[in-house]
Amino acid sequence: MSTEAIRLDGVEKSFGAVRALAGVDLVVAVGECLGLVGHNGAGKSTLMHVLAGALLPDAGTLTVGGAEPKAQWSAAASQAAGIRCVFQELSLCPNLSVAENARITHASLRGFGWKGRARALICAKLDEIFPGHRIAPDDEIAQLPIGQRQMVEIARAFTVTTAPLRLVILDEPTSSLDAVAAGQLLSYIRKETTRGTAVILISHILGEILATSDRIVVMKDGKQVAARPAPAFDRSSLMAAMGSDLKEVEARGDRWQSPKADAAVVVRASPQREGGGSELVVREGEIVGLAGLAGHGQTRLLLQIFAGHADVDRPVAFVAGDRQSEGVFNLWSIAENITVASLRALIRRGLINVAAEAKLARAWRERIGIRTSDMGRNILTLSGGNQQKVLFARALASDARIILMDDPMRGVDIGTKLEVYAMIRAEAASGRSFLWYTTELDELTHCDKVYVFWNGKISDSIEAADFSEQRVLRASFAESGA
Amino acid sequence: MKGLLSWLRGQPWIGSFLAAGLVWILAVVFAGGRGGGEILSSALAFATFTVIVGLGQMMVITTGPGNVDLSIPATMTLSGVIAMKLMDTESARILVGTAAAMGASFVVGVANYALIRLLRIPPIIATLSSSFLVLSTAISVGRGLRIKPPPPLADFATARAFGVPFTAIAVAALTVIIGLTLTHTIYGRTVAAIGQNERAAWLAGLDVRRTRFATYVLSAMLAGLCGILQSGFSGGAALNMGDDFLLASIAVVVIGGTSVAGGRGNVPGIWGAALFMYLLVTMLNIFGASPGVRLIMTGLIIIAVIAVAGSENPRRP
Amino acid sequence: MTNPRLLRAALPFLTLAIVLTATFYVQPRTMSYFGLNLMLQYAVPIALATIAQMFIITVNDLDLSIGPFVGLVGVVAATVLNSSPVLGAAALMVCVLAYGVVGALIHVRNLPSIVVTLGLSFVWLGISVTMLPSPGGKAPAVLKAIMTVQTPYVPFPILAAVAIGLVVHLALMTTSFGVVARGAGGNPKALARAGWSMLGTKVVMYMLAGLFGLLAGLALLGLTTSADAHVADRYTLYSIAGVILGGGEFIGGRINPIGAVVGALTLALAGAFLIFLRISPDWQIGAQGAVLIIVLALRALASTREKSL
Repeated sequence: MSTEAIRLDGVEKSFGAVRALAGVDLVVAVGECLGLVGHNGAGKSTLMHVLAGALLPDAGTLTVGGAEPKAQWSAAASQAAGIRCVFQELSLCPNLSVAENARITHASLRGFGWKGRARALICAKLDEIFPGHRIAPDDEIAQLPIGQRQMVEIARAFTVTTAPLRLVILDEPTSSLDAVAAGQLLSYIRKETTRGTAVILISHILGEILATSDRIVVMKDGKQVAARPAPAFDRSSLMAAMGSDLKEVEARGDRWQSPKADAAVVVRASPQREGGGSELVVREGEIVGLAGLAGHGQTRLLLQIFAGHADVDRPVAFVAGDRQSEGVFNLWSIAENITVASLRALIRRGLINVAAEAKLARAWRERIGIRTSDMGRNILTLSGGNQQKVLFARALASDARIILMDDPMRGVDIGTKLEVYAMIRAEAASGRSFLWYTTELDELTHCDKVYVFWNGKISDSIEAADFSEQRVLRASFAESGA
Repeated sequence: MKGLLSWLRGQPWIGSFLAAGLVWILAVVFAGGRGGGEILSSALAFATFTVIVGLGQMMVITTGPGNVDLSIPATMTLSGVIAMKLMDTESARILVGTAAAMGASFVVGVANYALIRLLRIPPIIATLSSSFLVLSTAISVGRGLRIKPPPPLADFATARAFGVPFTAIAVAALTVIIGLTLTHTIYGRTVAAIGQNERAAWLAGLDVRRTRFATYVLSAMLAGLCGILQSGFSGGAALNMGDDFLLASIAVVVIGGTSVAGGRGNVPGIWGAALFMYLLVTMLNIFGASPGVRLIMTGLIIIAVIAVAGSENPRRP
Repeated sequence: MTNPRLLRAALPFLTLAIVLTATFYVQPRTMSYFGLNLMLQYAVPIALATIAQMFIITVNDLDLSIGPFVGLVGVVAATVLNSSPVLGAAALMVCVLAYGVVGALIHVRNLPSIVVTLGLSFVWLGISVTMLPSPGGKAPAVLKAIMTVQTPYVPFPILAAVAIGLVVHLALMTTSFGVVARGAGGNPKALARAGWSMLGTKVVMYMLAGLFGLLAGLALLGLTTSADAHVADRYTLYSIAGVILGGGEFIGGRINPIGAVVGALTLALAGAFLIFLRISPDWQIGAQGAVLIIVLALRALASTREKSL
């Protein structure tokens, strides 16, 4: 009986000129929670796709439970071997119900009475991982908010019918969950691993990794660069291993020059759905944060302001967090993706000046640090974090004075984040205002003011000087009338 | 030379032109090696009309999956009928007739968009339903004797310079204008953006509604233009003049290399595909194929061309 | 959560009721067994063709060749099937298999179904026209007998349509296979990642479409008794309209079998309704378009009310 759940030796994978995996060795023991951290582009997602059978490696071996797999490795083989994955792109069918989606991953749920069994299976697991959820098995996925969809996806990964569960891969599982659900998931992981299931946890939230993993592996540029038991790491050593500048992280605590309190008001808005209630005010040069549990009205307010249902008299730009469905133009080049919001300024003699456009794109590559040699390449050749930078550049390159940000740092590596934070501060200092919805409490320390949302209303507004994590959490769980 | 060749190979429209060339050669071979110039000239004359509506259809298709204008044949017919009736064979009334016909086409475009937007009907069904209404209008307006076009119009539509039809030259210029519009105007970029991701286009500050509106109007008006010219070419507006153009307008767009999923329009390819289709029919005619065989061959070749060319959107892992 | 969904499911029925009421109002004599039977007789082939289209739409494709295919089936059945039943049956089987091959081709090469089926429509039409240049042939007696059977109380077309709707609903909405088929339309990537064969699913759905197209052609032949290559050209548009009227969507695997059948019935009725209104022949076509628009407008209005609930 092997003590290894899976082992990868010398796995290589290239996509054209991009070397995603440059010879990775990885071992996960039975019942171990392995934390996997690294920059965007470090190769974590690619490695997981190889494990899941979605990608075939160019070189290297894979053993499962100490033995080589009998047949050609594939998605089906991986499933049969008891390996499940929850990737950043959700793989639920939105037109099907929760129970029907369980059927998709469990071929054995068929024949007479399959639906009852499917319902029971998924409900039991949802209750076990996320007690207090309010998801019904016949709910259509499209009707559920993204946080609940994530919960369904995660619960489904842990369900068992025929093949015993060997390894569950969770790639940024808490990115769409609110703090409560995230906590429930992490404690469930600790419980599940004691039953012998191995878990690979990929997350950019270092606190989660440190608290939940038995062992942590750091990846960089397609290779493993560090692997130690979790207690041997702390935030700074993890960052150091990933190559980020520690000093910059600490410096976040410094207060920079806050805008004067009598600067012009640029946005005045109140969440539309609720009747009478507090108003949100943004001044010129301010960075205003929107906090609270995910899905409590923050995005709705941003869209409301963008659509013009608020008191705004300056141009507005929007930076999407869900870049695949709301941001990126797949067929276009990197340059075209940046300039699309600035076309009016590029018109000479009635037509778009292509040279000016290329110049603008190049300028932003330097300013925001997009890692690519050629801005004319297709945008999908960039890693996720760099694609997010493109969306920022798009908004900043336009003439917008107010930038709305819809949790844009989701699943983005720490290095990119720090670069973007610095950019935001610089832009704010020159007079632009930012309205920033974020699900990470850390990011709120960059804001001059924070509005906490609860159930579609603003439950608290906190100035930077009075900011504390405790106060935000309290307002995030505000009770009606309290 | 090598650079030119590799540039050519990289162009998405090269396939349709190569195919057109191949079919032309076959046609000449079957004709006994003679008449190649006349065959080409004829193909140009006919292909031009398909290109006009193909340009409009391409813009519509590029605005995103599910966007097709099925009302093009009906609009063509209505425009032709109105133009001929108002012109009434008099040269002096050419402008009046043209204005009225284009005006009617404009109204059709607006109506199409209204159905899609206000009633939220999928474009295929919206343009289909409106095509029924438009065709009925055309039928009731056009009842009676077939009116001939005024001589200047007929002359322009049929004249050639060194074998190249005047209309082809004019439509070539139109093609360049539309091509530039697609790549170098805000409108054109918005069309491509909407086709890739409508929500992202809206969030990027682009005017989705106005662009969609303009596109359906453009398609209708190009169909109207085609109707007028076609009437001049064929000596009048027949009530079934649009019949072949529905499938043809879609086929030239796709065979020409435009992505049916939206977001990427291919302008030069429309010419290549139109030429290919007319040369194909000519070749089959010369070869002596019966009508049924011609239909089968046309269908199989459309399928084969697309199957070999593959898709514009490779499946992502 | 279920209320808006119920409303959406009820819309096709409401539409049918409206058209039915309007028809009865204009021509009270149709409110009889004979009247309904006559008005709805073409409902069965239209419903079968609509279901065929629905299978294709389930997997995010569109079939523009179903009309000519239905015509082809009629031509083959009226000629070959009549003279040599075995050869005829084999020919028809080949037709259904051809649909499967097309589905495989579309999937493997990632081709746009609109264009491929467009080309296919030319092929079907060409074969029909070659076999039967002008209307003729003879329908097998058994087809005629089935299609003209006089069922007690409720006209046969209604019973048949209901049966078709129920069978397909059970097959697609309650079985475990149906989940996979609809999932293939909802999230093809996820399905592939879960280990299902997208190719297999598509081929099965296309062959089901071919099968129902076959049934539609046979049913139509039973009614018209002689074949015509062009008899079903309108069926392509009817089938698409029927699926949409029934609440289906082009993308996303959201289809409604019972709604589709109801939509087909509505279209068949609308045709008769127009004749009763004594619309001038010039406007017959236009009136069909108008009816379609009105019906869809009502649906849109009902949807907006549903959304603001």
